[in-house]
Amino acid sequence: MDKYADYIWSAYAVFLIVFAIDAIAPRLTRKRVLAEIRGKLKRRTARETTP
Amino acid sequence: MNALTLWFHKIGSPPTFYRIAGAWAPWLFGVAIVLGGIALYGGLFIAPADYQQGDAYRIIFVHVPCAWMSLFAYGFMAFNAFIALVWRIKLSEILAMASAPVGAAFTFVTLVTGSIWGKPMWGTWWTWDPRLTSELVLLFLYLGVIGLHNAIEDRRQAARAASFLALIGIVNVPIVHFSVNWWNTLHQASTVRLMGESHITGSMVWPLLLMALATHIWFFASVAARSRVGLLELEGGKEWARDVALADAPHETMTARG
Repeated sequence: MDKYADYIWSAYAVFLIVFAIDAIAPRLTRKRVLAEIRGKLKRRTARETTP
Repeated sequence: MNALTLWFHKIGSPPTFYRIAGAWAPWLFGVAIVLGGIALYGGLFIAPADYQQGDAYRIIFVHVPCAWMSLFAYGFMAFNAFIALVWRIKLSEILAMASAPVGAAFTFVTLVTGSIWGKPMWGTWWTWDPRLTSELVLLFLYLGVIGLHNAIEDRRQAARAASFLALIGIVNVPIVHFSVNWWNTLHQASTVRLMGESHITGSMVWPLLLMALATHIWFFASVAARSRVGLLELEGGKEWARDVALADAPHETMTARG
């Protein structure tokens, strides 16, 4: 790499970082959604079992 | 119903799609990473330096595939938005909304890497040139779709409103594509052509095309992963989604079922 090395590496770094986030983001949302579903289920079960 | 429609309905049913997408997504991610890795290696170390731009042109291997994908993702989103609006198919709503953030990611990377390329080659990070401006409008369209989808409480209504915006925004796609031919712009014209001879040598073109393939596969992997989450969110009250939620945290099962 010549004098442009910094430009090239930063372009590649942006690419890799953005797609790392793209891969992780749905995993985090999935965790939150599943926890919400369990929470709702728990509350409903609690309501039904409380006299 | 004929066999094809029946098959389509089966695939399109949320629990079936959830299962199939779940089986495919890790493989698609894996293949995309391997192919993308080979392409990056080829682009950085095997392809020769350009006679005019030196090594700076190597940004092409991330910039151009992402630019292609920014338009492809929009087309995919608008196509699904159209189906969602006309036939009200739940899965199409989900697919359209799942492709918006991935398309936005590709558009963002295109703009940033283009800017990083522009500085040493054109002497500026940004210029209000037709190609750059229309690509920026594309990013705003994606962000608008995502924002509208998040702003409305009812998930299906939100998806339909955002689909409508996505469909209107499709007019920008040919503008981005043809901007380099229609107007006098600083941005160079297409180097790789589907029809006719490409203006690039073989050792430079294979990493580019391989990266294009990798980014397409990545797109479908990411859309599959995101639409699974979208389906869970939409169908949270249904039996299958509860089963998935309970299977995800077995230690909570007892308390949840009382």
